[in-house]
Amino acid sequence: MSTAIEHSTYNYKVVRQFAIMTVVWGIVGMLVGVWIAAQLAWPLLNFDLPWTSFGRLRPLHTNAVIFAFGGSALFATSYYVVQRTCQVRLISDKLAAFTFWGWQLVILLAAITLPLGLTQGKEYAELIWPIDALIAVVWVSYAAVFIGTIYKRKTSHIYVANWFFAAFILTVAVLHIVNSMQLPTSLTHSYSIYAGATDAMVQWWYGHNAVGFFLTAGFLGMMYYFVPKQAERPVYSYRLSIVHFWALICVYMWAGPHHLHYTALPDWAQSVGMVMSLILLAPSWGGMINGMMTLSGAWHKLRTDPILRFLVVSLSFYGMSTFEGPMMSIKTVNALSHYTDWTVGHVHAGALGWVAMISIGSVYHMIPRLFGKKDMHSVDLINVHFWLSTVGTVLYITSMWVNGIMQGLMWRAVNADGTLMYTFIESVEASHPGFIVRWLGGVLWLTGMLIMAYNVYMTVSSKASEKAAAQTA
Amino acid sequence: MDINVFRGLMSVVLLFAFLGIIAWAYSKKQKKSFDEAANLPFADEAENDDPNQDASSSLENKKHD
Repeated sequence: MSTAIEHSTYNYKVVRQFAIMTVVWGIVGMLVGVWIAAQLAWPLLNFDLPWTSFGRLRPLHTNAVIFAFGGSALFATSYYVVQRTCQVRLISDKLAAFTFWGWQLVILLAAITLPLGLTQGKEYAELIWPIDALIAVVWVSYAAVFIGTIYKRKTSHIYVANWFFAAFILTVAVLHIVNSMQLPTSLTHSYSIYAGATDAMVQWWYGHNAVGFFLTAGFLGMMYYFVPKQAERPVYSYRLSIVHFWALICVYMWAGPHHLHYTALPDWAQSVGMVMSLILLAPSWGGMINGMMTLSGAWHKLRTDPILRFLVVSLSFYGMSTFEGPMMSIKTVNALSHYTDWTVGHVHAGALGWVAMISIGSVYHMIPRLFGKKDMHSVDLINVHFWLSTVGTVLYITSMWVNGIMQGLMWRAVNADGTLMYTFIESVEASHPGFIVRWLGGVLWLTGMLIMAYNVYMTVSSKASEKAAAQTA
Repeated sequence: MDINVFRGLMSVVLLFAFLGIIAWAYSKKQKKSFDEAANLPFADEAENDDPNQDASSSLENKKHD
C-alpha cells in the first residue's frame, strides 16, 4: 500500500482504506452467510454452542454485509466521487480519518457483542445502545465531511451522484437516531422508548428506509458516477435523474408498513404502505432505465469490459427486485410470501444482485486509480468473478422462490374439516433441497470475493507504476 | 382548520410541488446547465493524470438526446 503515489489535490488515503476494507468485510460477511446457510441445510454445523447458533450469527451476517461491506463501499465511493466531481479535497483529513477508524470500531464491537447474544432485538438495528451512540457520532462526522466538501466545491453544479449520497447520509442519520431512542438500564441493556404497535411501526419505518436510503439511494449515487465513467459517456438524461431523485426521496419514506401486513398495525396504515410501495415502482424503474440507457451507443463495450458488466447487470437485478418488491407488498400476495424464503430470496436479489455487484464494479474501477496503476492485475479474473456472482445470485433467488412459494402453499393448505394439511416440520423437510442450492449459490459468491481479494492484492502490490505501465503500453 | 382538511391540502401542495420540479427539470432553459452538470464526472480528467483517459478529450462533445 505504501507504493501508492499521493494525489496532489484529493485525499485518496481514506478512500483506499475504505476500498480495501470493502473487500475484507465482504469476505467476512459472506463467509458467515455461507456458514448459516449451511446450518439450515445441516443443523449440526451450529456445533451446539450458543455463540455459533443461527439466531446469533444471522444478525452478525446481516450487519457485516450491510454495514461493514456495504457501508465501507459507500464511504469509499462517496468520498471518491464528491472529491472528483467537486474538484476539491475533503474538507477535513482528520475528521475523514475519524470516520474510518470509528466505523471499523463499530464493526469490531458488533462482531464481539452479537455472538455474545447482546442485542436490542430490532432487525437491522440489533446493536446495543453504547454502539448506537458511537454510530451516531461517526455518522454525524461523515455528514460534516461530505456536506462540508460539497460546500467548498470549485464547480458550480452539484453533480447528481452527490445529491443521492447526501440524501443517503442525512436520512440514515435521522432514521438511526429516531429508531435508537431508548432508556438504558445497564451498559448492555435498554428499553425502546416506543411501545407496542408504535414501536413496530418506527422499527419498520427505519427498516424499510434502511433499504431505501442505505441500500438504494447511496448505491444509486455510485450508479450515477461509475456507470457513465466506465461507459465513457454522460448519463442518458440528466433531467430524468432530477425527477428520479425527488420522486424516490418523496415516496420511499411511506413504504415501511408493508413489513407489517396482517399484524396489529392499523389496517389503513397497512393499505397506505402497500399503495406507496406500488407507486415506488415508477421512480425505481426511472432510475434503472436512466442507468441502462447511458450505454446506448456503447453496448459493444459489454463484450470486452467485465467491470461494465458488473455495473449493468447490477441494474438488471435492481430492476428485477424493485418489480418484485411492490408485487410482494400487495396484501394478498404478501399473505402467501410473508415469513417464507421468498422474502429472503427477494432481499438477496437486491443485496447480491444490485448492492454487491454495483459495489464490486465500482471498487474494480477505483482500485487502479487509487493506487496509481494502469489497470487491475487481471481482467480475466474480474470476468471469472462476474460469472461466479451472476450464477450464484441466480441459484440463490430461484431456490428461494421455489422454497418460498412451496412453504406458503403448505402452510395455508387445509383439509376438508379445516385442520392444517401439513405440520411445520414437513415444510422444513421439503425445503431441504432448496437450502442446499442456496448454500451453493453463496459458495460461488464467496469464491468470487476471494478471487477479487487476490486480484486487488496483486494490483496494489505490483511494482509497475502508472508511468512505467504507460510507457510499455 | 380540521386536521384532515390540512392533510388533504398538503397532498395537493406536494403534488403541485412535484409537478413544478418536473416542469423545471424539462424546461428548455435548464438544458445547457444540465449538459454541463452531466459532464462533471469527466471534467477533472485533464488535470488529474487519469491512467485510463485515452479517449476522454472527446467526451465533452458526446451527448445524449
